[in-house]
Amino acid sequence: MFRFLDYPTPDARGRFGPYGGRYVPETLIPALEELEAAYLEARRDPAFLAEYRAYLADYAGRPTPLYFAERLSRRLGGARIYLKREDLAHTGAHKINNTLGQALLARRMGKRRVIAETGAGQHGVSVATVAAMFGLEAVIYMGEEDVRRQALNVFRMRLLGARVVPVGSGTKTLKDATNEAIRDWVTHVRDTFYILGSVVGPHPYPRMVRDFQSVIGQEIRAQLKEKEGREVPDAVIACVGGGSNAIGAFAPFAYAEPRPRLVGVEAAGEGLATGRHAASIAAGRRGVLHGSYMYLLQDEDGQIAPAHSVSAGLDYPGVGPEHGYLADEGIAEYAAVTDREALEGFQLLARTEGIIPALESAHAVAYAAKLVPTLPADAVVVINISGRGDKDVAEVQRILEGER
Amino acid sequence: MNPVSEAFERARKEGRRAAIPFLTAGYPDPEGFLDHATRLARLADLFEVGLPFSDPLGDGPVIQRASERALAQGVRTRTTLDLLARLAERSRVPLLLMTYLNPVLAWGPERFFRDAREAGAAGVILPDLPPDEDPGIAALAQEAGLATVFLLAPTSTDARIATVAGYTTGFVYAVSVTGVTGARDRLPPELGELIARIKRRTALPVAVGFGVSGRATARQVAEAGADGVVVGSALIRAIEAGADPAGVLAEVREGARL
Repeated sequence: MFRFLDYPTPDARGRFGPYGGRYVPETLIPALEELEAAYLEARRDPAFLAEYRAYLADYAGRPTPLYFAERLSRRLGGARIYLKREDLAHTGAHKINNTLGQALLARRMGKRRVIAETGAGQHGVSVATVAAMFGLEAVIYMGEEDVRRQALNVFRMRLLGARVVPVGSGTKTLKDATNEAIRDWVTHVRDTFYILGSVVGPHPYPRMVRDFQSVIGQEIRAQLKEKEGREVPDAVIACVGGGSNAIGAFAPFAYAEPRPRLVGVEAAGEGLATGRHAASIAAGRRGVLHGSYMYLLQDEDGQIAPAHSVSAGLDYPGVGPEHGYLADEGIAEYAAVTDREALEGFQLLARTEGIIPALESAHAVAYAAKLVPTLPADAVVVINISGRGDKDVAEVQRILEGER
Repeated sequence: MNPVSEAFERARKEGRRAAIPFLTAGYPDPEGFLDHATRLARLADLFEVGLPFSDPLGDGPVIQRASERALAQGVRTRTTLDLLARLAERSRVPLLLMTYLNPVLAWGPERFFRDAREAGAAGVILPDLPPDEDPGIAALAQEAGLATVFLLAPTSTDARIATVAGYTTGFVYAVSVTGVTGARDRLPPELGELIARIKRRTALPVAVGFGVSGRATARQVAEAGADGVVVGSALIRAIEAGADPAGVLAEVREGARL
């Protein structure tokens, strides 16, 4: 059963070590203070917790299964591999854990209009979904490039009654959609709730989104106890773009003993050496974007560099401030896998387990395929399958058939 | 008194609110920028130069476009500082450098502010830095001899006004609307109330920006009790349309007479 846990981060000023904070136009400061107060008050209210749990169970379909992947385990010849099946949550990804929490908060604050940014469209679909269910007006900002790549999700959002606004500035992807969502919020701050989709942005978003997503790690502990007689596996592997599914899986382990290996897998795109990737921790420098101090892809003048990944959901030039902190402190480790490796992971999981993962999650599978063979046979590894791959099938078909 | 405050004082003695044009450095191209800026500076009390940034989340579409165009021509921090220095040679109007925080961090704050001062800047405007978020930044700018201008908005509480004013030197930049930069036909009627609330908490001059488009909006700013008026998007729009931005600034200056 989900609980609001107390973690040692962030501090009162929203800092994870040096990362995080609140670097936004002054117009938004009172709104962020109001949001923080409302969130802190809500998480102390048993009625809010009961309501959130009920929607997680009856609407999102939680708990999601922790599935023992026997054939994949045998194939990789090492540890016992479990898959955390976030792909089976309503709307097909972990995003719903966060959007349900924030939509409940929006309703509690009396805000009738919600806005969001989206990259691959998974967060946008999730926001459109909860907005429909709660009767809220939803406006979703999406880069023109992503609108083209993810046409199916655009239609899904419109079907759910949301207005999708294509964003044509900058690189026309997630980062620019986020700029535009922030501009909307600055303009309509008094009556609008911004449902941010990842553990990025100004305080309190990285903390609040982590808290809602930490249902993933809490369930892993309870389910592993039942299946393996131990709450803590040897390793937890999750993909990292902004980093919300990874933080959700990591948080209930990161600040407790014993601690498993926590492995975040960034997108190395066409290879770190090519400069065409989205690996902010592996190859970025610290800076400020979208209200937060974090690892960033940028040029030497501090202009934000375009990110690249075959997976639109990882195509973001920054990474949540808590990931920077976990990396610096050695609490979690971060690796990066290429587009090509991710495509192999995508097919590997499809053929061994009959599960088509999102291209994002396929990065975690691809890294597991490298790590697991080095582990003892009795080791227990959990891979977070953050979403399902239906949305990616057409793109993968295009790439694989193009190669033949 | 620093040159920024002096400029407000001089305008006041001449029976005017200070006129503060804004242009994005290197827009429409480096030489075109210098030509426009030099002409605009003759009608200005202070001049604001924006360092183009890839992700200007406080700006509306007009300044976004100007920023993208400047970046596409290779304008970066070094180029912006050079343009600032060349403008300083041609004009005695105090120059303010407006920049998002990340280029400052990438350059190194101490080096950035020293180089800006050497290029001739009298002050800096940091639109995405609430000053108390990183108090060391304002301190470094002030140590380099720059005025530090921070923004206040209609949503700012009295407590925020007091906090932000505490880090501000030169003048307070009051944002007229909840929103991003861009010319508007009229400004919200509560503008006077915002200016009054700010003036109760600081003796610094108050300049109003965002939304000023010409004579009428400038008059509204003057009547609301501001000491200065900033105009940016309307100038860039004039340049885009092939019109003379000095004509727009002259109107703003006229509207802002006492």
